[in-house]
Amino acid sequence: MTALLVSVIASATPLLLAALGALLVEKVAVLNLGVEGMMLVGAIAGFAVAHETGNLPLALAAAIGAGMVMALLFAVLTLTLRANQTATGLALTIFGRGFSALVGAGYVGIAAPTLPRIAIPGLSDLPFVGPILFGHDPLVYVALAMVGAVAWFLYRTHAGLILRAIGDQHDAAHVLGYKVIRIRYLTVLFGGAMAGLAGAYMSLSYTPLWTQDMIAGRGWVALALVTFAAWRPFWLMIGAWLFGGIMYLSLYMQALGVPVPTALLSALPYLGTILVLVLISRDRRRIRLHRPAMLGRPFSAGG
Amino acid sequence: MPPLVELAGITKRFPGCLANDNVSLTIAPRQIHALLGENGAGKSTLVKIISGVLHQDAGQIIWCGTEVTIRDPAHARSLGIGMVFQHFSLFEALTVAENIALGLGTARERVGLRDRIIAVSLSYGLPVDPDRVVHDLSVGERQRIEIVRCLLRNPKLLIMDEPTSVLTPQEAKTLFATLRRLASEGCSILYISHKLDEVRALCDVATIMRQGRVVAHCVPREKTTRELASLMIGRDFLPPASRQASVTGAPRLVVDHLSLAATNPFGTALREVSFSVAGGEILGIAGIAGNGQGELMDALSGEILAPAADTIQLDAIPVGKTGPHGRRRLGGCFVPEERNGHGAVAGMSLAENFFLSGQLRGVLARFGLIRRARTTDFADRVISRFDVRTSGTMAEAKSLSGGNLQKFLVGREMLLDPAVLVVSQPTWGVDASAARAIHQAILALAATGAAIVVISQDLDEIILLADRIAVIAAGRLSDPVPVAEATREQIGLLMGGVASHA
Repeated sequence: MTALLVSVIASATPLLLAALGALLVEKVAVLNLGVEGMMLVGAIAGFAVAHETGNLPLALAAAIGAGMVMALLFAVLTLTLRANQTATGLALTIFGRGFSALVGAGYVGIAAPTLPRIAIPGLSDLPFVGPILFGHDPLVYVALAMVGAVAWFLYRTHAGLILRAIGDQHDAAHVLGYKVIRIRYLTVLFGGAMAGLAGAYMSLSYTPLWTQDMIAGRGWVALALVTFAAWRPFWLMIGAWLFGGIMYLSLYMQALGVPVPTALLSALPYLGTILVLVLISRDRRRIRLHRPAMLGRPFSAGG
Repeated sequence: MPPLVELAGITKRFPGCLANDNVSLTIAPRQIHALLGENGAGKSTLVKIISGVLHQDAGQIIWCGTEVTIRDPAHARSLGIGMVFQHFSLFEALTVAENIALGLGTARERVGLRDRIIAVSLSYGLPVDPDRVVHDLSVGERQRIEIVRCLLRNPKLLIMDEPTSVLTPQEAKTLFATLRRLASEGCSILYISHKLDEVRALCDVATIMRQGRVVAHCVPREKTTRELASLMIGRDFLPPASRQASVTGAPRLVVDHLSLAATNPFGTALREVSFSVAGGEILGIAGIAGNGQGELMDALSGEILAPAADTIQLDAIPVGKTGPHGRRRLGGCFVPEERNGHGAVAGMSLAENFFLSGQLRGVLARFGLIRRARTTDFADRVISRFDVRTSGTMAEAKSLSGGNLQKFLVGREMLLDPAVLVVSQPTWGVDASAARAIHQAILALAATGAAIVVISQDLDEIILLADRIAVIAAGRLSDPVPVAEATREQIGLLMGGVASHA
């Protein structure tokens, strides 16, 4: 049981980090499908810098920076040049896959320093709660703190209100004098930073190795979580944990040799998460109130 | 007293049209100034320039004696220019207080906002609840939010863009009282409208625009409605031929106790709607937007099927469970309210759009192939008969202005020789002369024996066209009464949901 919860928290962390970024981006009504690509680039950037320098803070900064560069590329194409967001996001993912594989070719199968676990003497040794609450690496706590921070920002600050307003009606926000494009740029960059960080968590903590395509669809799961959580940070966390839980169970069942095809077991976390979140997101009025109405629509001033 | 604002020689050019051509006007303090003109006369462009949304190509704006360049809407607001838009600039997913907070620039202005909203709304008779989500509010309530938002900034000039087009007569009266009080307290008002009676009742002076130019400045009370209309339209304005005593044939469209659950959480359920329309008759359905008009339209056109077949009958054939195609085959023609995406496919040409709804009744397809010449010919006839301003039948639907597309869509259904025509908002956003053409066509169609249902928020339109009028409120339809016997007050009360089945 303890092992289950520890594992759930660990496997939920990258999803949570990337999805929180994507949530804010979608709240400002930009649809960036490049999360998977940004995570991959973040993962290799973090891994490479950690390997070359041994400096973990620098490695995390590199991962964040790499995610932001990818996001900037997306922002220039879609916000300034008004390219189609869906196509650009898909292209960003394809690009991220290829680019990370290219850069990472020399890093396959070698080791890099991993993120330290924060062990608190005494507390970490408590039975049951100790290992669950303490002894994770710092990004796990960052992810949890970000849930609260994002929720607080969105619903308690004026800046968050502006962000939601732009997502709901960008023309009206423009008429009121808010800089729609600038705010979208900043938010997209934040999304890139979070995706990069999520990637670094994968390559420096979760499976501390670089392998090609190591994100394995988690970027897409993160995007799906945002939608199914109806753009609410708290539900996002539940969804991420759920995914982590089913992931663990399917691995466990594989290990026990339950006579179910492996492919089906591997698909279980994705199926299960979608199913549960579909069930909880059926309240359509709530969806309308939380769904950014302008999602994916380009904005141009004065048009 | 020096003028509050003076516009001199404002010119604004868009690709392919000169929206404002050397426009000048002067607004004095405490004045209620009307800006009168047809759709497309350039009123909205001018107002957008004053409120900083657009920039003029030439000309000056002199504000309180000094020339200013209005950089953006925030700058306009800081000068003291408040604007209530025709299409509200509200955020539906946010609460009233959040919406208002967004319109106030600095943190200092937002201190104690909830209390100030309540104070202003009480003092000006504009009741709003700060904690409700805008999505759940009526149009009238939304307008009040916009006004309160402007008032919280103590504006010197309040711009109202066609404020009464969405209000009941009673709500409009209350609004006028509020505006007069504001003016007496020192706030000038620029009142944009094409409703002549309103302008005469409310405004001190009027500037009349036509095709981007100012054609007259006048005192509206000194002019007759007819004089104002001809200034606005530029030729003698003839009211449409009055309704002749209608020839009432057998009922062609019968709706019998139609109840439908709302299909989306913000929709309105239809409750026991019953009416019948005879050949040659026009039934007008009035009501404030969002009271079930959309649902009724969907139920009549067959986009949403009724629970039982015989709740809707077309020429005595039960069609409640028949889809739009089947109803068209039986002679039903429909003009929905939304033009783009519902009435027309924006990215397709006019000819193709004609084909989409007209293929059955116009016999536009043979062996699964489109009869291009016949389709184009039909589309051409709509364009010439309804004076649709476009480059031709190959123009994309989205390239037409709203009013022109509306003329095309109404014309399209008319040309298909319908047995029953249901039309929603036939002249929404259409200029007066085109509206007149559409009205004449509807009357002419009725004279040929078709049964017509006109769903409109414009009471004047219904009174002009309909033989009988019914009011839809909260999904219930009042008993239709002959227009001649209905009073405006009675209809206004019904629209507000007060009593029914009198």
